[in-house]
Formats: sequence, structure tokens, C-alpha cells
Amino acid sequence: MAATPERRRFLLRALAAGGALLLSGCERLSRSAWFPDVLARAERLTHAAQRLVVGRAALAQEFTEADISPRFRSNGTAEPRSAAYQALADRDFADYRLEVRGLVAQPLSLTLAEVRALPGRTQITRHDCVEGWSAIGKWKGARLAALLALARPHPEARYVVFRCADPMDAGGTLYYESIDLDDAYHEQTLLAYELNGAPLPIANGAPLRLRVERQLGYKMAKYVMAVELVASFAGIGGGKGGYWEDQGYEWYAGI
Amino acid sequence: MMQRRHSLAVRVMHWINALAAVLLLMSGLQIFNAHPALYWGQSSYSGRPPLLELEGFPGWITIPGEQWLAMGRRWHLFFAWVLVANGLAYLAYAIASRHLARDLVPTRGDWRGIGRSIADHLRLRHPAGAAAGRYNVLQKLAYLAVIFVLLPLMAITGWAMSPGLDSVVPHWVELLGGRQSARTLHFICAWTLAAFVAVHVFEVAVTGLWNNLRSMITGRYRLPAESRDGRDA
Repeated sequence: MAATPERRRFLLRALAAGGALLLSGCERLSRSAWFPDVLARAERLTHAAQRLVVGRAALAQEFTEADISPRFRSNGTAEPRSAAYQALADRDFADYRLEVRGLVAQPLSLTLAEVRALPGRTQITRHDCVEGWSAIGKWKGARLAALLALARPHPEARYVVFRCADPMDAGGTLYYESIDLDDAYHEQTLLAYELNGAPLPIANGAPLRLRVERQLGYKMAKYVMAVELVASFAGIGGGKGGYWEDQGYEWYAGI
Repeated sequence: MMQRRHSLAVRVMHWINALAAVLLLMSGLQIFNAHPALYWGQSSYSGRPPLLELEGFPGWITIPGEQWLAMGRRWHLFFAWVLVANGLAYLAYAIASRHLARDLVPTRGDWRGIGRSIADHLRLRHPAGAAAGRYNVLQKLAYLAVIFVLLPLMAITGWAMSPGLDSVVPHWVELLGGRQSARTLHFICAWTLAAFVAVHVFEVAVTGLWNNLRSMITGRYRLPAESRDGRDA
């Protein structure tokens, strides 16, 4: 069984062919109907594992004023291109109403002043984008828990869906996101109206953006217009619970 | 003279590990390409410039080949579980079967011969006879470093990038320098592992590619004859 040159050549060719096969195989699998779903099973495992080790109420790390990023990066939509949003922005959101609807005992329609009057919180946290970068900002906002206390969700409500003002495609699909009730009632979950001590800039989601500090940036919907309590994602976009989720990103964005 | 070299468990876990490592590196580079810059500290926007800024890696080395972050994450976060599960199974096996104590922990003689082993490696002289059936000291140290330092660091720096896991114990990510430092360390460890694999494959090739490969597939290994100068290595 000596390593003859023929055998060596055969082996090298086999390795090269194997490599090419691996690459084209991965491409084909990525585009198949079934394999991405197999890969996505890991999301459930990750979610369960994180729920197991991370306490329901565990807080995301908070920072000091010295850590704040000089400029908080705006990603995705920097200014929603819709007539309705522009009209609101032109009057400095004086006509803005935050709707709370769906599976609630008390639907609400709140002005920005009413949202600001809700029990709130100020926190300096790190924003982690799915792309890999992080920025640190000081957020002030109404606790989502306080809003839900007013609206009184029905027992069958399982998720909070955020309906936003930013059109995402040529068809005018408006951004949407959702979180579960564990995150909704979490102490650091806010509808933020201030960034770094100033009214939330349009580039960062004015007049209200969600903060869910233990998940990635795409969960933190900007330009929030309505909060909707639902029992399932059926009927919401493509059914995966969020705009980016319907493009293949994980619903649980804790990693 | 033929001998049994690698147990079935080690052979199976070796190839699972190899597949997972390759897929993790390639999908990891896909994820890196979504923001091809590295920083030190907690934040990318601290007022300090990045440590490193690249154009991004070419498509032939990423999974998928085109820019497709969502799919890269699916591959990466799936095979991360495969790597961790396989690694834990290997560790349990290596301890229970005494593979670790018997084959991987350097002996006193190994330590004494480390200088000669380095010199032999540099001159591409390799043990023959019975000594070829055992791991040499540099091989043992390299494997131990991968098993107990590099792979755990890959997992820990990966977890440190998770905003969910960052909240498990307050401030634990600061032990690594912050989330962006963890991302940088993840990148460095990944390429250190890639360098290990390159050296590993090189050594496999120069010490009898077919013989080594067969021993990791079927378990059968042919001891090379004693070297011509009669020195028993």
C-alpha cells in the first residue's frame, strides 16, 4: 500500500473535487426548499438554551455617559418616504397618535405627551446590529409594561406586534416586528422618545422606537405607529413575526 | 506492519469536527462581510478608528457565495451547535476512554525531547517505527491547545457577541475587553485555527498522506520503517 504518485494524484484530485462539491453543495442547499428549515431548527434550540440560562428579568449591561458613541449610527431607514409620515414630521408629531389594539381590554390612542407621561426609564445601553457593529446610546422612553398595564392584554395574547411607518420596498410594505411577553414586560423594554438627552432624531426612529436590549438591532422597530397584541403571527406579513424574519432572519435575535 | 490507530469514535468525531469547522469558517466570513471591520472595546463607534478594515472576503471562501447574511447566520448558528455537541462528546470520550491521559498528555520523556522534536519538525524528519504510532510532543501540545484553548475561546467569544447571553452575568463580557473585542478575538481565533489546520494537513501530507488518511477513515495504520540512518526516533 505504498503511496504511489498515481494514488497521490488521485487523492489530490479527489480532494479538489470534494472541495468543489462541498461549495456547490452548500449553494444548492442554501437555495433548496427544505435545508434552510433544517438549519433554522437551531434557532429553537438557541432560544430554549438562552431562556434556560438567562433569567427572565436579567438586565442587559448598562454603561456610563463616558461610553456613549459620539454619533449614534442610523441603519436601515433614515427617513420614511411616505406622505403620511412626512405630514406628521412636518408638524413635529403634534398629530401623532400611538394606537394600542388587538387582544386588549382597553384599546388606546395616545398623543406623544401622553406616552411621555407614562412611567419611564433612562438607560445607557449597547445596540448590537446583526451586521456585527455596536453603538452605545442613552435612551429615555416609556416602559412598554406601563403601556400594557393600561391596555390590559387578554389572557390569550402571546406577542406584541409593532406596526411602523417606514416603507421597506417598492410595494410600500411597512416595517413590522414582534416580541414575546417576557421581553414586553422586561424592565428595559421601552418605547424610546429621547436619544442622548435630545428628542429622538428621525434618523433613529422618531417619534418612538422600541428598545429590546437583549436582542439584536432589527428587533428594535423604529417609527412605531401602533402596538398590537396577538395570539399568533398568522396574518402578519409572511407569518414569521417580522419584516426581516420574513426575509430569513431569526425571530429570536438573542445571538 | 499494520496497526489499529484511531478508535471508531475518534474517527467519526474527527470528520464531524472537520466538516463543522470548515462550514463555520466559511459562513463566519460571510457574517464578517456584513461589516468587514474590527474594533477593540464594547462599541464600534467610540471615536477611535477600527483596528482593521477590509474589503470583505471573496465569494469562493464564503457560504453562501454571494452576500447573504441571513443564510450565512443559519449555517453558522446551526453548525456552532454541531461543533459544541461534538466537542463535548469528544471530551467525555477522551476522558472516559483514557485517550486524553494515554495519548495526548505529554510524558516526562516528551518534555525532555521537545528541543529535538522542534528541530526534527523543522527539517521535516519524522519518527519511524513504533514511535510513529504515537503522537509526538509538538503534536500533543498542538492538539491540547486546540481542544482546551482555541475551541473553548471560539465558543466563549461567540457567546460574548450575543446580546442575550451578555445579560447572564453583569459585566462578564468585559473580561474579554467588550463585545467588539470579543468579535475581534473570535476572528483571530478562527484564523489561528485555520493556521493549525493548514499545518496539520501539511504534516499529514508529508508523513504519508494515504497512510494517515486511511488511519483516520478505517483506523488501519502502517508503521513506517525505521529511518535509514538507523536512529530510532
